[in-house]
Amino acid sequence: MTDPVSTEDAITKVTMPKWGLSMKSGKITAWFVAEGDEVAEGDDLADIDTDKITGALESAGAGLVRRIIAETNEDVPVGGTIALIAPADVPEELIDEAARAAREELDSGAVDEVAGPVLGTVQVDGRTLSYATLGAAEETVLLVHGYGGDKNSWLFVQEPLSARATVHAIDLPGHGDSTKDVGDGSLDTLAGALLGFLEQQGIERVHLVGHSLGGAVVTAAAAREPGRIASLTLVAPAGYGDTINADYLRGFASASSRRELKPHLLHLFADSGQVTRQLADDLMKFKRLDGVQQALDRLLGTLLDGDRPGIDAAALLQKFAGPVTVVWGRADQVLPAANATALGGRAQVTYVDHAGHMVHMEQPSAVVDAVTGALDG
Amino acid sequence: MARTISYREAVNEALRQEMERDPSVIVMGEDNAGGAGSPGEDDAWGGVLGVTKGLYEQFPGRVLDTPISESAFVGAAVGAATRGLRPVAELMFIDFMGVCFDQIFNQAAKFRYMFGGKAVTPVVVRTMYGAGLNAAAQHSQCLYPVFTHIPGLKVVLPSSPYEAKGLLIQAIRDNDPVIFCEHKALYDMTGEVPEDSYTIPFGEANVVRDGDDVTIVALGRMVSVAEEAAAELARQGVQAEIIDPRTTSPLDSDTILESVENTGRLVVVDEATPRCSMATDISALVAQEAFGALRAPIEMVTAPHTPVPFAQTLEQLYIPDAQKVANAVKKTMDWKK
Amino acid sequence: MTPTQPAQAAQATSGLDEKALLEAYRTMRTIREFEERLHLEFATGEIPGFVHLYAGEEASATAVCAHLDERDSIASTHRGHGHCIAKGVDVKEMMAEIYGRVTGSCRGKGGSMHIADLSKGMLGANGIVGGGPPLICGTALAAKQQGTGGVGVAFFGDGASNQGTTLEALNLASVWNLPAIFVAENNGYAEATAATWSVACDNIADRAAGFGMPGVIVDGFDFFAVYEAAGEAIERAREGGGPTLIEVKFTRYYGHFEGDQQTYRADEVARARASLDCLKQFRERVTASGRLDAAALDGIDGEVAGLIEAAVTEAKQAPTPTADDLTTDVYVTY
Repeated sequence: MTDPVSTEDAITKVTMPKWGLSMKSGKITAWFVAEGDEVAEGDDLADIDTDKITGALESAGAGLVRRIIAETNEDVPVGGTIALIAPADVPEELIDEAARAAREELDSGAVDEVAGPVLGTVQVDGRTLSYATLGAAEETVLLVHGYGGDKNSWLFVQEPLSARATVHAIDLPGHGDSTKDVGDGSLDTLAGALLGFLEQQGIERVHLVGHSLGGAVVTAAAAREPGRIASLTLVAPAGYGDTINADYLRGFASASSRRELKPHLLHLFADSGQVTRQLADDLMKFKRLDGVQQALDRLLGTLLDGDRPGIDAAALLQKFAGPVTVVWGRADQVLPAANATALGGRAQVTYVDHAGHMVHMEQPSAVVDAVTGALDG
Repeated sequence: MARTISYREAVNEALRQEMERDPSVIVMGEDNAGGAGSPGEDDAWGGVLGVTKGLYEQFPGRVLDTPISESAFVGAAVGAATRGLRPVAELMFIDFMGVCFDQIFNQAAKFRYMFGGKAVTPVVVRTMYGAGLNAAAQHSQCLYPVFTHIPGLKVVLPSSPYEAKGLLIQAIRDNDPVIFCEHKALYDMTGEVPEDSYTIPFGEANVVRDGDDVTIVALGRMVSVAEEAAAELARQGVQAEIIDPRTTSPLDSDTILESVENTGRLVVVDEATPRCSMATDISALVAQEAFGALRAPIEMVTAPHTPVPFAQTLEQLYIPDAQKVANAVKKTMDWKK
Repeated sequence: MTPTQPAQAAQATSGLDEKALLEAYRTMRTIREFEERLHLEFATGEIPGFVHLYAGEEASATAVCAHLDERDSIASTHRGHGHCIAKGVDVKEMMAEIYGRVTGSCRGKGGSMHIADLSKGMLGANGIVGGGPPLICGTALAAKQQGTGGVGVAFFGDGASNQGTTLEALNLASVWNLPAIFVAENNGYAEATAATWSVACDNIADRAAGFGMPGVIVDGFDFFAVYEAAGEAIERAREGGGPTLIEVKFTRYYGHFEGDQQTYRADEVARARASLDCLKQFRERVTASGRLDAAALDGIDGEVAGLIEAAVTEAKQAPTPTADDLTTDVYVTY
């Protein structure tokens, strides 16, 4: 998202991010900053609309917004410079020169292709597991999505973290591009898939990040092989506390059209504007794949015991002694933030305003901060 | 994992994956392999436009060339469907329904009802329709309304590669006779299609574009024409909602009505001739069920009531285009009592 | 009277054992009784629609279907009651169907022209002349693909022999070398038009040569002649030898449909009933050869009469379909 200008290190180019594998360009639908504004790391700079999703671009650094290069509603290729941030003492001439070059680059369309995540697959227990990797730093982070999600749900998190770590996002069995057969659908099977992935990749030490069902899965993996796990970051994890929105889960599983699905998706976000037609479309495309319905039904049996949670991750967590960080959206309507009390004094809990269940999509910086904290130890 | 492939490849992939999954699926039609009995290649054509290419080699004995004898082989597909096979017969051009229609509408379509709910006839007739290739009056028609008229048939009009694959797999797995209409001018259209098998349920319209000003219901190839018009209209400040019914039988009337309840305006875009057509059918539906919501008379953009002409100049005039769609939309926007 | 030698007797009755002979007689008698009774009942005005009676033609359906089992399927015509009975469709359900009752083979939604039982391989009587032969190419293809050894038999009339669908089916069956048998039941008339006028060649079977398959002509009043010709064709088909066209010649005892005044006809029905009738011939043959005694046949006559009587009584008492049935079963899934 940001890189120093080679000729003048002090000028930071804000570029169009690559959110997901298929993203080729994005449109700035609104600027939240103007030229001359002071910004801090994590501040929202602009809303960006891709063909898949709308998200807020956060500043990766601090400084003064010296130039806005891309206009509102302009379609900008991934990697294209959309703004320049620099300290006040960088001379105007240098800024002008950089702005002119950036504008010419956009106008000519000659923007260098930005390397996105690298896709790969591994075979674990007869299943193909798909994953996407970004970054090449020494430490390793593995991102594990929730029920009905996939590796692309981390798109706002994986990129910022990639500067600090080799960041893998995996598709659990039954999800994304992984084999749809989930076997017995138990937490153990899913945790086995994760540990199998680590084994196949030769990863001896990893920071696990899990959202929702993924939070329970990473807990189970940590309970089985605590020595391999450097830290746990749990984002609105399942398996803690005694409240779960069973109606949402069943509704999500049984919806057979976008029209049926969309009302259920509203439970995922604090901001209903996040529930775009594209999001519902993409989920329906996933749900129509052969084997997905069976997988979702089977996993529903794992998640629920009647109307109550079917997983007790808190008990599993006792087998893991390493650091645990928890991030929870205050407006979570699927697994309420009050569930966090089940973690007792075991974890550092951050409650996030303006975030529902999909914290990592609505307020990604909160999750990035938590994982960065874990990496910092 | 989705990747970009053509409409032709999407149809071929659907057939291939279903043949792999289910040994009772067979494919038959004129030159579906091509070269039967000739001294040269056995898989010479793979259908007249290459849609079934490669299946013959992969599935020995399950891709059958036929004589040019539509009544016999379409009837054979229907008969075989009553005895445990899931045949996919290719009626090369929809115009050729004239030489096999009895087997479709008096036989396949009627069995379920006429035999008291005891018949299951899982046959698919794949067929090419539509103008645009200068194929003239007997190779260019949009005859899907004729099939839609017949109870007992399901009629499918995929508008994109994604729709083509998912709807064809659904058609093959469906236990009713399905007429699967492929627009010949869409075969080279490309789009994102998942590699895995998937099904798109029948009777579920796709809202291709959201908008609050006018509802455009477009069929088959006309979906992309409507999208082109909507993009231009958006520049002029008019937000059109585009609905692709995907199947004309069953028809997702709820999605159409809900949209018109919101927009108050309807334009139906259909490449078929206008009388007794999907355009009139959908217009009648809305007039009957959403009359109170209408803020302007319904507009239909269709071919003229003529055979499809040959000359390029005439064929271009014949096929509804984005300009005609935009004009119709503006007419509904400007209408005053 | 000198009893016939056993070997000769067996030859005279095509090698069929006693049980098979009784079964064949029962089938033919059932068809006759069913049709004669319908002739009477239709005249009372209680039966809706059209009925086309098979009386006089019983030997064809019975002798052909005697070779068939559950692997095999048949397609029939608008004159289909005989084919249904011979392929094992329940007689009481058939009668109820003809009366338009919910207990009928098709829940009262098909009627006389559409009686079917797919579970028995009976693809339906067919209101479309020439509708069946293409379907039989399909059932034969299914049997071939599945390797069941099954065959498909298309019964059709002299009228259908002029339909493109029939001729296309003959060609396709030969091109694909299908286990299909085409039985042309030439009863002399397509509706009111004589086959001698509407069929441009001397015999329908002559057309077989044009499709590269054997063509056979048999006397349709002679059960054993039909039985042997069908047996040879079906055996060949089961063994991969391809299709056969069998022309069965006879006359129908009633008009095209009930109510037909038949002013186009001469006195062939009276002559046929008196001297050619398939049931009479069969009875004479099996009793003269000593294979069966008349009492056994009389016993069947009585049982069949009782069955048909019960079928009519029950049909008349059965409930009719209601508004709830009007829109159901158009599709398997909606």
